[in-house]
Amino acid sequence: MSLALVLEQLLNGVQFGLMLFLMSAGLTLVFGVMGLINLAHGSLYMIGAFLCAAVAGATGNFWLGLVGGLTAAAAAGAVIEMAVIRRLYARDHLDQVLATFALILILSEAMRLIFGPFPLYLNVPSALRGTVNLGIVDYSLYRLALIGFGVAVALGLWALIAKTRLGIRIRAGESDREMIAALGVNIRALYTIVFALGAALAGLAGALVGAIQSVQVGMGEPVLILAFVVIVIGGIGSVKGAMVGALLVGVIDTMGRFLLPRFFASFLDTAQATGIGAALASMLIYLLMALVLIFRPKGLFSAHG
Amino acid sequence: MDSTRKEWLLNALIAVALFVVPLWALMANEPFIITLATRIAILAIAAVGLNIALGLGGMVSFGHALYLGLGGYVAGIAAHHAFNGTPIFAGIPGTNQMLIIWAIAMVLSGALAAVVGALSLRTSGIFFIMITLAFAQMGFFFTLSWPAYGGEDGLPIFVRNQFPGMNTARPWDLFLIAYGVLIFSLAVFALLRAARFGAALMAIRQNPDRAAAIGISPFGIKLVGFILSGMITGLAGAMMADLTRFVSPAMMAWTMSGELIVIIILGGVGRLFGPVVGAALLVGFEVFFGGLTEHWKLWLGLVLLGVVLFARGGLIGLIAGRAQHG
Repeated sequence: MSLALVLEQLLNGVQFGLMLFLMSAGLTLVFGVMGLINLAHGSLYMIGAFLCAAVAGATGNFWLGLVGGLTAAAAAGAVIEMAVIRRLYARDHLDQVLATFALILILSEAMRLIFGPFPLYLNVPSALRGTVNLGIVDYSLYRLALIGFGVAVALGLWALIAKTRLGIRIRAGESDREMIAALGVNIRALYTIVFALGAALAGLAGALVGAIQSVQVGMGEPVLILAFVVIVIGGIGSVKGAMVGALLVGVIDTMGRFLLPRFFASFLDTAQATGIGAALASMLIYLLMALVLIFRPKGLFSAHG
Repeated sequence: MDSTRKEWLLNALIAVALFVVPLWALMANEPFIITLATRIAILAIAAVGLNIALGLGGMVSFGHALYLGLGGYVAGIAAHHAFNGTPIFAGIPGTNQMLIIWAIAMVLSGALAAVVGALSLRTSGIFFIMITLAFAQMGFFFTLSWPAYGGEDGLPIFVRNQFPGMNTARPWDLFLIAYGVLIFSLAVFALLRAARFGAALMAIRQNPDRAAAIGISPFGIKLVGFILSGMITGLAGAMMADLTRFVSPAMMAWTMSGELIVIIILGGVGRLFGPVVGAALLVGFEVFFGGLTEHWKLWLGLVLLGVVLFARGGLIGLIAGRAQHG
């Protein structure tokens, strides 16, 4: 086990974590501002990936595809908010879970109807192909770009929330919804904007990850569940918590899958070690989540006290 | 006629219909319909289990597939070792006796529910939903990557497990067993709901602070409710594995947990026969629309969305009127 391999896995973990952050940020904002649990967030990720692959396939340009995927996810988010989600704010969590579960069924089948049952493939843009030398390891340029992209979007989101008028309203909405409505802020429009913003981030993540995975129906749900783990660890409603949680989950999951089988191989035979290691590694982040909830039932950075 | 009597009449009708339709299928030699009815009965048992947590206790468990899958794996592993004649571990032999398998499935599911419940009930609301989901995902990924019992390929049950005095290879016999267990689990639910325990559980759901003020400790009561709930769902899992003669990680998938909630909502939350109606609707929908179009889940989604947004009492609520209690 060389240092180069460890560094490569660590970078993979950070890259995975940053993509999870893009998913989790929208989820946690929607919960923080509107108090809504949105299972269909993974479907928006899927829409971003599908539209990016379709546009990139038609035009031959990845960046046009990226814009297409992001726009489609944001538009789908706005439409879904106005048609369905809006009716759920006053309902209990059970109704929200069910209605958004129904949305997953609808959106997944709609994608299957439009794009057919087979996965789409999205190529890494030519400018970002190949590897780059980082001293002791040759690392994929595209994955490195994803890390840069993730950091840039995170900074942009921070600036949006901390420095702009919209950000002030979002923060006000998180601390007291009724009050900002009473102060004359158009709360319905704010809700639609926040939901569409979250959808755009999810769509962006889907489009970016689509180039290193296959784009298929059902791709959003595993990521959605990881994003839930992230925001529960980080504290629901906290964007900072989502960042910390996403990096923790990304790095621990990746390193666990890399290190645990090797650890067990040091005293068990290879086949057994691989089995036990893989089984434990896949449970690791859920164990982390359980531990966090036992010691900090509201997450590491709770937005609501 | 007041709505309570209307609901009882409706319940009796449903119970009779679920028996008469497969009986007719037996006469008409339509084994497929008997198997469908068996599937409805077993799914309904699983949902009756969840209904204790969700309907009576207001605990939105998004991870009940964990107990369903655990029960399924108990049946699968016991049958696997009985078939091969190998011990499970430390000389404990496998078994092909349903009654023994059910008992083990219920004990293990109850124990797992006790651990999950004790940790999850420290939280509430959205956190409870997510932590139960996370525990179920843990089980899902564990079974997926644990190679000893088939991993992601699942584990077939070559010969269906035995029940005293019945030939479980015959669809009608298996249906009778499932129907009997369903009626039994419905009776357990009704007794629980009518007992002091059920009253306490419902009081905690409606107002935990007030319940605590009159001397009911929410944590203990909810935990017991959660354990009973997991046990019944685990029992259903063991039966489900025997029906399909196959168990795989898919039984623990989060969509399965979602389907169990959907069943309860379609039928009506907290209603005695809600799970039966919901299971019949879901299976019926799948068979009917699944035969018409491969995109039947699109329509299921639309119907579900409609029920959540516009018909909150489920089908029993639509027919028998609103429930009297919150």
